[in-house]
Amino acid sequence: MTSASSADTSGRPNQPSRLAEILAALRDAAVAPVKVVLSYFGEHSILLGKSMAGLFRPPFRLRLFLEQMQFVGVGSLPIIMLVGFFSGAVSAQQAISALRIFNQERFVGATVGISLAQELAPVFTGLMITARAGSGMATELGSMRITEQIDALTTFAVDPIQYLVTPRVIATILMMPIMTMVFNIVGLTGAYLYSIVLEHIDLGQFIEQFTYWTDPKDYVIGATKAAVFGVTLSVASCYQGFNVRGGAKEVGLATTRAVVAGSVSILCTDYFLIDVFHILWPYKS
Amino acid sequence: MNPPRANEPPPAAVPAMPGENLAQRDERWQIRVRGLHKTFGPQHVLRGIDLDIERGRTNIIIGGSGQGKSVLMKHLMGLLKPDAGQIWVDGQDVVPFNDLEMARLRRKYGMVFQYAALFDSMNVVENIAFPLIERYKLTRAEIMERVRDLLRRLDLADVAGIEQKFPPELSGGQRKRVGLARALIDRPEILLYDEPTTGLDPIATKNVDEMIRRTADEFGVTSVVISHDMASTFRIGDRISMLDKGRIIVSGPPDEVLQSRLPALREFVETSGLVAPETGVEA
Repeated sequence: MTSASSADTSGRPNQPSRLAEILAALRDAAVAPVKVVLSYFGEHSILLGKSMAGLFRPPFRLRLFLEQMQFVGVGSLPIIMLVGFFSGAVSAQQAISALRIFNQERFVGATVGISLAQELAPVFTGLMITARAGSGMATELGSMRITEQIDALTTFAVDPIQYLVTPRVIATILMMPIMTMVFNIVGLTGAYLYSIVLEHIDLGQFIEQFTYWTDPKDYVIGATKAAVFGVTLSVASCYQGFNVRGGAKEVGLATTRAVVAGSVSILCTDYFLIDVFHILWPYKS
Repeated sequence: MNPPRANEPPPAAVPAMPGENLAQRDERWQIRVRGLHKTFGPQHVLRGIDLDIERGRTNIIIGGSGQGKSVLMKHLMGLLKPDAGQIWVDGQDVVPFNDLEMARLRRKYGMVFQYAALFDSMNVVENIAFPLIERYKLTRAEIMERVRDLLRRLDLADVAGIEQKFPPELSGGQRKRVGLARALIDRPEILLYDEPTTGLDPIATKNVDEMIRRTADEFGVTSVVISHDMASTFRIGDRISMLDKGRIIVSGPPDEVLQSRLPALREFVETSGLVAPETGVEA
């Protein structure tokens, strides 16, 4: 029995100890969420570090990297193109509605071009890849964990992080900027078709304003953001799958957590990244 | 000595038994475990395991669910590090081994998982050849020769299109045999089986038993089988050890173990129907 629950010599309850217990419980309650957040970031950072270390250590399994690039990139192409086309068209629609108030519809090419390059393309591509490839990674790794396939890899002296996580993380980092560029091109096509064909915006003005206001740095910003999103979404997905314990239900929950964590990490990181980029490269005026 | 309480810290180091020289290759015993402790949070799963694994024989570790059999197996394989204790393999204490040394040690081992743990993304040939592809630079012809040899020896060669089949297309027994082929392909010295007959019907169970027996005889490997199937245990075991509440309570040849009067063992044996209750007469 602890001193906290003991009574003093007069037989009365030990009040200071009771108070200390309550304070300790309050402190634990306050510290617990901080611990959770720190351990969450810590464990993800360790997984990222180990997977990066695996990149520079033999054996080098090129086939696994190519397979993952095919899965993350080529496999996501149809959905990226579909979403890209309609996102570009909707952006153009909204931009024209707003610009029409000032009779400045000619700026639609510039508006859509910049917003696609810096924001819409990397963020939407990240969200689409999270939903499609990130969930797939979490499910596959989770299933491998519960069926002891990951243990089996270890018994063959194969580092499971190097074998399973490294190719997925690297493939996502490499494919995200490429898919973002595809999104840009298809999105601009959507915006162009909507503006020129349906809204009869002047073609020359559309292209003139687009080429004047958009810079290569907009695309560099977009591609860099996409690569960073590739890190966050792939690590979040692999972490959830790799650490599944239990059965099929836990695999499902891990997949859900992977999609939520991947999406949230993209949107939060986006805010900080755009701040950093705007300090480095202020908007053209 | 009283068993330690769940939250009691394990001893820092457990010496070998008096007169034992574990740091020397023993012709009879290939693996020697001394004072192994493992705790997961508040659960003290292994509470001082002392166990000897006989070279070239089929060693069975029996015990009920949740007694720590799989945890012990993972320690033998180096997948888990103990909190205290020693595991001597051919005269080397492997507990302090680093990752590289452990990876080298694992080449001595083959492991057959409870549900085979075949890689879903690979067909039968790729699964069996996996250890060879990862460890050596062999030609495709050399790999195929060894894979086909094993398929033939494990009676899988006659199954139509077996080489190109994926794990979900195989029956439970076939999966076990493919898992065994994968474990055997790199010619291990020690073969670990994690509950090999779980989930199989009686005929498939008998076939797997025969497969374990034949593998031990034909390949001359040291087999360690984790099981709670008493019929299988006494059918194939050369040496039987019983794990109860985190300790090995009895260990020896099947006849000796069957004669034991330990209540935990009696209950286990009698409930399995292997002997009639109380009498000790074989049923």
